[in-house]
Amino acid sequence: MQLAGARFTDASAAFGNDLATLPNFPAEIRAPAGTLAGVSAFQIHIAGGDILTPGDSPDVLVAMNPAALKKNIDDLKPGGVIIANTDSFEERNLAKAGYEVNPLEDGSLDGYNLLTAPMDELTKEAVKDSGVTGRAVLRSKNFFALGALAWMFDRPQETTLDWVAEKFASKPEVVAANTSAFKAGYNYGITTEAFAVTTFEVPPAELPAGTYTNVVGNQTIAWGLIAGAQAAGLPLFYASYPITPASDVLHELSRHKNFGVKTFQAEDEIAAVGVALGASFVGHLGVTGTSGPGVALKSETISLALMAELPLIIVDVQRGGPSTGLPTKTEQSDLMMAIHGRHGEAPLPVVSASSPSDAFDAAIEACRIAIKYMTPVILLSDGYIGTSSEPWRLPDVAQLPSFPTTFATEINHDDGYMPYLRDPETLSRPWAVPGTPGLEHRVGGLEKDQLTGNVSYVPANHEAMTITRENKTKAVANDIPDIVIEEDADAEILVVAWGSTYSAVLAGVRNTRLEGHKVAHIHLRHLNPFPKNLDEVLARYPKVLVPELNRGQLSRLLRAEYLTPTESLSKVQGQPFMAAEIKAKIIEMLEA
Amino acid sequence: MATTYTRQDFQSDQEVRWCPGCGDYTILASVQTFMADAGIPKEDVVFVSGIGCAARFPYYMNVYGMHSIHGRAPAIASGISAARPELSVWVVSGDGDALSIGGNHLIHALRRNMNVKILLFNNQIYGLTKGQYSPTSEPGKRTKSSPMGSIDHPFNPVSLALGAEASFVARTLDMDRAHTIEMLTAAHEHQGSALIEIYQNCNVFNDKAFAELTAKDSRDANQIRLVHGEKILFDGGTKGVAIEEGRAFIVDVEQYGDDIVHTHDATLPDPSTAFALSRLAHGPHGPTPIGIFRDAPRAVYEDALDAQISSAIEAKGEGDLASVLGSNGTWTVG
Ligand code: SF4
Repeated sequence: MQLAGARFTDASAAFGNDLATLPNFPAEIRAPAGTLAGVSAFQIHIAGGDILTPGDSPDVLVAMNPAALKKNIDDLKPGGVIIANTDSFEERNLAKAGYEVNPLEDGSLDGYNLLTAPMDELTKEAVKDSGVTGRAVLRSKNFFALGALAWMFDRPQETTLDWVAEKFASKPEVVAANTSAFKAGYNYGITTEAFAVTTFEVPPAELPAGTYTNVVGNQTIAWGLIAGAQAAGLPLFYASYPITPASDVLHELSRHKNFGVKTFQAEDEIAAVGVALGASFVGHLGVTGTSGPGVALKSETISLALMAELPLIIVDVQRGGPSTGLPTKTEQSDLMMAIHGRHGEAPLPVVSASSPSDAFDAAIEACRIAIKYMTPVILLSDGYIGTSSEPWRLPDVAQLPSFPTTFATEINHDDGYMPYLRDPETLSRPWAVPGTPGLEHRVGGLEKDQLTGNVSYVPANHEAMTITRENKTKAVANDIPDIVIEEDADAEILVVAWGSTYSAVLAGVRNTRLEGHKVAHIHLRHLNPFPKNLDEVLARYPKVLVPELNRGQLSRLLRAEYLTPTESLSKVQGQPFMAAEIKAKIIEMLEA
Repeated sequence: MATTYTRQDFQSDQEVRWCPGCGDYTILASVQTFMADAGIPKEDVVFVSGIGCAARFPYYMNVYGMHSIHGRAPAIASGISAARPELSVWVVSGDGDALSIGGNHLIHALRRNMNVKILLFNNQIYGLTKGQYSPTSEPGKRTKSSPMGSIDHPFNPVSLALGAEASFVARTLDMDRAHTIEMLTAAHEHQGSALIEIYQNCNVFNDKAFAELTAKDSRDANQIRLVHGEKILFDGGTKGVAIEEGRAFIVDVEQYGDDIVHTHDATLPDPSTAFALSRLAHGPHGPTPIGIFRDAPRAVYEDALDAQISSAIEAKGEGDLASVLGSNGTWTVG
């Protein structure tokens, strides 16, 4: 296993000199979009001093002190991960390195994914019973860092620990100290949720011309929401409760108050969605963000938004479930909850992001639908998209969508203001906000009369309203692009995917084509309603494969909706697909 | 600009559906009268409620309103007020809605000092679901869900609000319209959260719960009127409230004179004295303070939120999307 092997070829460097270089640590996780390799490589540097490896730019820099940060930061890839030992970032070391202010605190590392831990303290505590004393104690802190890395990248612990036992066989106290420190680092990763980074990817071999930046999905969702609110001409109001792996959306938006963005850290998940809905009622774009457990808690309020017919966006950065599940690991298992997870007949539009850069467009699309159709919209991201980075070609801001909001300002009916008098095409109701004289009205969770909005228990009215709400969600299909088939339209097999599996599925499909097979591929952004031509596209292929990081949720939706005999490829290990897994399944189906 | 209104301007066209004789009718009339007097432009008023008998209130007010879901009104109202601080935002809730299912939102709205006025209709029973004991029901109360008597210890809503450091806390009685309107006016004028506990008679499931406080022959002996700046005297001036070592207790003025009687100061920054006064009440029984316990200035959430936005704009300029998108550093291809 690479951790011990490649890293510790030079044990003295790792230990005595407080320095280790870890080249080409295989991620074997994410095949970047458009590349053929199923395996990408990245590097980790654990630096106590200057690392001289010309030409290399690492993905992860472990900075044990300020000097190491200063000397190596320029080599780190944009958007890379910095793991810093906060204990060594004190005045004397900062001054020695030439820092006037602590770079961990002044925002200068905002372009990176900064993860911190007080490693001296934690290591001292971990090794206190090992028999190692004095200055030797802190030598084990590299192993604390390694333990944390092993957690982040799902490396088994045994290999490193076996290596330690062998290497230091003559010094049992060193074995004990390094083992404890390594485990402490690993456990720190588990318990604090501080190191929620799934993986990284290298850029595709050939990028189209343009200006690029490196982005992580939680950041692009935040930016997309700002862009969506601007497109609508509405102030953005984001209310959220801290939860892994969605908190970074709250952090990011909190930094952009100069856009007029209001952020609100609520007392719980239910309050967060309530606050957002309140903001929407008075004419802001109300958004709440969370992960699966939070969506479960918000369900009743989402139904209220649906009944009151107010715009609201619920961002779900999915993680492994059920219950607390795997907070830092990725999964796509909230799809059914997004589509069906409410009491009563409660359909709403569901939109998904397929990569960190795509999350920007997906967020704008969620804003557009929510406002145009006066409806809550669930935007599905996941831990993989949320915490991993990729290069993004910067869009031309002037070319972004624009969908200015029209508030109701006039009486719309002979008998007064009718809050449920609908647009015949979108079935959307008018949005009259407090402060508008003469349009005072009440909304709420009780069934509404289809015109006046007054409480109505009339049986036929409830049925009419139930069907109207359903038709309104269906009407969104008139307004979204037809699905486009990628690769071989005339193939025998179609691969249907959604969300963060995009790059792995695409690489798997292309690798299969390289071997002379024909494969068609579609990737869905809109999961409710589906694009209008999906029915016809599915019907064209005798074999349909649906790879998902769940137990076949989209597959079942397609079967239920279109009676298509889909085949599911399921993975629920908290890890993304590998391209090879997709390819193997396609070939198996082609040969069957 | 103050607008001239009559009470009718605040009546909606919806038929009021509470049980005949319910205390909610009187409260509705008091609120509508208050609104007409206060002259807040009608379009700037928002009423939010949760679930329960009281929660029907917004349908009967001809202003903007939301009849939301159980317990969540303080959260929704917080969003409304944080988004649009210029609005006059009111929550109507009951003892079950505010203190049981929605307890968390209530204390956090008060803690943050959201500029939201919360009317807590306390009838000490679940009325809408036909008569189970509530979080303010007295111990031993026999109801359908407590046939052998409730074993729950009740909340004192005023103590609870003061514990959450609410900056305005008052108690009034449904039947006393003048006093209710006085409390509403003070709450409206207060900057920040206000909680008014309104003892409300549910004549169907918990009739006469507050009779000791409202009946002609007992009310003088049991209503302790709190008036800012005045000594706390009641029962025709024969009794008073003294505070010693942080505890409030009732003294016989005829015996001890009125020197030891406490002079009420609602504006004290520390809520301890108000809390001590709140402990005098024992549910619906015996002498009970009525009036404003606390009306103290404290930083208002909405002001602080808007101030942060202004200072962010001052420091960084109006947000520019293109520069944010490039803020991680960029490189060029091709
Ligand atoms: S049940 Fe009680 S509180 Fe509810 S409307 Fe009837 S009298 Fe009023």
